[in-house]
Amino acid sequence: MIETSTAEVPLMIEGKATASQGQGYWQGVARRLSRDKTTIAFGVVLLLTFAAILFAPLLAPYDPYQNDMLHRLAPIGFEHHPLGTDELGRDLLTRLLYGGRLSWFLGITPVLIAFMLGGLLGVIAGFAGGSVNMMIMRVTDVFFAFPSVLLAVAISGALGAGIFNAILSLTLVFIAPMIRVAETATTSVRELDYVEAARASGAGSFTIVRVHVLPNVLGPIFAYATSLISVSMILAAGLSFLGLGTKPPDPEWGLVLNTLRSAIYTQPLITMLPGVCIFVTSICFNMVSDGLRAAMDVRS
Amino acid sequence: MLLDHADIEKTPSVIIYLLRRVFYVVPIALAVSLVCFMLVHIAPGDPINAILPPDAPQELVIQVKHEYGLDKPLPVQFGMWLLHVLHGDLGRSLATGQPVWEELSVAVVNTFRLAVVAALLGFTLGSVFGGVAAAWRGTWIDRCLVGVAVTGVSVPHYWLGMVLVVIFGVELNVLPAMGAGPGGSSDWSWDWEHFQYLVLPSVTLAMIPMGIITRTVRGIVIEILGQDFITTLRGKGMLPRSLFIHVLKNAAPNASAVMGLQLGYLMGGSILVETVFSWPGTGFLLNNAIFQRDIPVLQGTILLLALFFVVLNLMVDLLQTALDPRIKRA
Amino acid sequence: MEPLVQVRDLKVRFVSKDATVYAVNGIDFDLAPRETLCVLGESGSGKSVMLRSLMRLNPPRPTVMSGTMRIDGQDVMAASERQLADLRGSIVSMIYQEPMTALDPVFKIGDQIAETIKRHEGTSRAEAERRALELLELVQIPSARQRLAAYPFELSGGLRQRAIIAMALACRPKLLLADEPTTALDATVQIQILSLLRRLKQELGMAVIFVTHDLGVASEIADRIAIMYAGRFIEEGATDELMRGPLHPYTQGLLGATVHPGLRGERLATIPGSPPNLEKLPQGCAFAPRCAHAERACLSEAPATRRPSPGRTARCVRVLDAA
Repeated sequence: MIETSTAEVPLMIEGKATASQGQGYWQGVARRLSRDKTTIAFGVVLLLTFAAILFAPLLAPYDPYQNDMLHRLAPIGFEHHPLGTDELGRDLLTRLLYGGRLSWFLGITPVLIAFMLGGLLGVIAGFAGGSVNMMIMRVTDVFFAFPSVLLAVAISGALGAGIFNAILSLTLVFIAPMIRVAETATTSVRELDYVEAARASGAGSFTIVRVHVLPNVLGPIFAYATSLISVSMILAAGLSFLGLGTKPPDPEWGLVLNTLRSAIYTQPLITMLPGVCIFVTSICFNMVSDGLRAAMDVRS
Repeated sequence: MLLDHADIEKTPSVIIYLLRRVFYVVPIALAVSLVCFMLVHIAPGDPINAILPPDAPQELVIQVKHEYGLDKPLPVQFGMWLLHVLHGDLGRSLATGQPVWEELSVAVVNTFRLAVVAALLGFTLGSVFGGVAAAWRGTWIDRCLVGVAVTGVSVPHYWLGMVLVVIFGVELNVLPAMGAGPGGSSDWSWDWEHFQYLVLPSVTLAMIPMGIITRTVRGIVIEILGQDFITTLRGKGMLPRSLFIHVLKNAAPNASAVMGLQLGYLMGGSILVETVFSWPGTGFLLNNAIFQRDIPVLQGTILLLALFFVVLNLMVDLLQTALDPRIKRA
Repeated sequence: MEPLVQVRDLKVRFVSKDATVYAVNGIDFDLAPRETLCVLGESGSGKSVMLRSLMRLNPPRPTVMSGTMRIDGQDVMAASERQLADLRGSIVSMIYQEPMTALDPVFKIGDQIAETIKRHEGTSRAEAERRALELLELVQIPSARQRLAAYPFELSGGLRQRAIIAMALACRPKLLLADEPTTALDATVQIQILSLLRRLKQELGMAVIFVTHDLGVASEIADRIAIMYAGRFIEEGATDELMRGPLHPYTQGLLGATVHPGLRGERLATIPGSPPNLEKLPQGCAFAPRCAHAERACLSEAPATRRPSPGRTARCVRVLDAA
C-alpha cells in the first residue's frame, strides 16, 4: 500500500540545491502553491474538517457514549439526529465528530514519530556511510520484507487491541520507508558539490549536517511524510475495522464502520457514513501532499 | 533480432551480481522467520493461555508446555520451529487440530486467485490511465485521470467493498455479497457460477494498485517523453505506433518493478477485503487465527506470506536486470 | 530550377502563461540542391529553433508558426502530421547536438537504423539490417558488424554521433539539417566528424543546413553563410566573400573578435553588451544597442533586407542596395 516513490526525493533535492538556497527557494514554493487552486481548495476542506473535530465538544449535540435503544438505527434526517443513529442508538453526527479526533490522532501520530525517528536514522545512515549505513539499512530491509498491511496486522495481532498498540504497530510499519527516503535524500545531498566545498574548507561533520544537509533534506522528507498520513489513517481505521485498533465504545471511524456493518441490509446509507469521512479526509491529505510535492519540484 | 550472440555471452559481472542477489535472500529469509517467530512471543500474556484455560491443573500445564516445547529457552524453541518449518511441518492448528499446512495451502490458492485477478485489473487500468494521462499531459484528460488515481489510493478499500455490496448485492442483487461460491473454499472452476463471487472482491482490491500504477506509469512516461531521443524518433518520421513501442520498452523495467511489488502487497494485504467479503483466503485465515490466538496458524501464515514477498522482490529485481540492458553491464 | 528549400518570412514564437518568446522573426532564404548553408549565431539567437522549424519539430503546444516553407516542392507549413512524418527521415533528416542522449538507450543501434529504413522504404528486416551495416561502414565505424548489436551506452560520443549520422542518411535524404553536431565532442573528434560530413555530402549529393556558433567550422564546411541575430538573418553571402568583406557591424565584430596568432600582445576586440532577450525585442534593429554606428533610423524599425550584390544580403541601414 505504501507508494515507494523514493526516486522523487533526490530529484527534489537536486532542484532545491541548484535553485538559489535560503529565502528564494521557499518563496518560490509558496508562490507556486498560492497559484495552485486545486490544492488550496482541498487544503481549505482539510482545515474545515480539522476545525470541526477540534471543536467537537462544541459542535456535537449529544454525548458520544450515550445509548438510546429506543431510537437505534435511525436513518439520515431523522428528527434530532441529522445523520441518524448507530446500532446502540448513539447519535452518529456526534460519534463521527468525536471519532474524527481519534482517527486523525491515529493517522498523524505514527507518521510524526516515524518522520522524526526514521528521518534521524536515515540521515545518520546516509551521512555516516560505511558500516553504520549497512547496519541500519539491512535492518530496514528486513522490515521491508513484509507487505505493510500484513506487518501492521501481525504486530497489532500480536500485541492486542488498543490505541497505544495500534500507534506502535503503525509507527513500526512507517519507520522503514522513512529511513529509506531519508537515507536516499542524505546520500544525494552528501555528493553535491557545495558539501564537498564545505568539507574542504574545514567544516566539521556536525556543522555540515546542520547547515547544509538538514535544510535541504528536511523539505522533501517532510513532503514524503505527508503522503503517508492518508495511508496511516486508512490503515488505522482498517485495524479498528478488524478489531485490532481502538476498542469499543470509542467512536473511531474504522470501528464505527465495523459495528455498523450488521445494519448494512436494513439501513445501508448510515453504514456508509464513517467511510465517507475517512475517504474525504484521506483524499484531502493526498491532494495537499501532492500539491506540496509539485510546488517543491523546481523542474516542472 | 540482430546478432544475439552479444546477448548470449553474459559478462561475468552480471552473473556475480545475480548470484549475490540470490544469496542475499537467505539472511533476509532467516531474519523474517525470526520476526515471525518473535511476533507471537512478544504478545502480552503466556502463550499457554491460548491452549489451556487459566485454571488448569499444574501437571497438565507442565505436560502441555513440554508437548509444545514451550518450556525450553527461546532460542531453542526458535531452532526447533525452524527445523520443523524446513521440513514442511508448520504444526497443527490449535483451533481445529488439522495440520496448518493443509488449511494454509487451500487459503493461499484462494488468495492467489483473488490477487491475480485484482492485479490484472488494476495493472491494466493503471497502465492505460497512466500512459494516456502522460501523453495528454496538462489537459483535462490528465487532470481527470490523476483524480481517478488519487481516489483509488484514498478510498478505504474495505469501505468500498461495503459500498459495492450495498449497491450490487443488496439494492440491485446481481452479485453475491460474500463467500467463494458453491463448493466453499476448495472447489473452484472458472465458470460464471464461481466467478461471480470473485467480481466484487477483486474490483475492490484492485483500487489501490490501480491508483498507484496510474501515478507511477504517468511519472515514468512523462520522464521518457521529455528525453531527447523522442525528438530523434519524431525527426526521422517514426509513426505513433513505433513511438509507443519505444516508450513501452523504456518504461518496462521500472513499471514492472512497481507492479511486481504491488502483487506482493496484494497477496499480503488482502486481509481487509477478504474480511468484508468473507473470502476464504489467507487474510481470512489470519483474521480468525488472531482472534482465536491460534499461534501455529498465525506463525505459519505470516511466515508464508512474508517469504512469498521476499521471493517476489528477488524476482522483480532479476526481471528488472533482464529488461534493462544498461544494468547488465553496470 | 526550383530551389530545394524555399523559406519566406518564417516566424516562430513560443507562447506560455508567463511570457512569449519570439525566437524566429522573419527569415527568408533559398537553398539549392547540393548546396551547404551555415547558419552562424550565438546561443540564444534562435538558430536551433529555426532549424527544427524546417521540419516542424518544435513542441506542438506552445509553438506558433507563420510564413511559408517549401522543401522539395512540398508545402511544409500546410502538411498534415502524416505527410510530415513521411517527409522526415526520407527527404529531410536531422542530426543533433547531444549524441549522448539522442539515441534510445534500450534499443541496439543497428535496430534503430534498420527501423528507419523499414519505415520509409518498407524493406524486409534482413534487407534493412544489411543496409544498416553498409551505413555503419560508410560512416567509418570500426568493427561495424559487432557495433550493429551494441547499445548506445557502449559507444563513445564520437562513435554515437557517427551512428546518428548513419541513421540520418539511411534513406538518402536530399537535405540534411545539422544542429551543432560537433559542439559536444572533443576537439580531435570534431575535426573527424566534420571531414566525414564533408565527404558524405559530396558522395550523396545532399544539401546541408549546418547550424553552429563556431566561425572556424563554418569556414570549413559552408558554401554560403547566414549570420543570425535575435531571430533574423542579418547578413548572408558566399563564405569567402562574407569572411573577407563583412558588411553588417555585428559580422564585423564577430570576425574581428576571432583569436589568431597575429594578435599576440594586443587587446582582444569584443562586441560590447550582450544579446537581447527574445521575450522583449526592441522595436528597431535588434543590434542597435550594441552598435558603434547606430543612427536614429536604426531605432524606429528593423532594417529591411538590402541586396548590395547578387547572393549578398544584409539588414543594415548603412548597406546600400545595388544600383
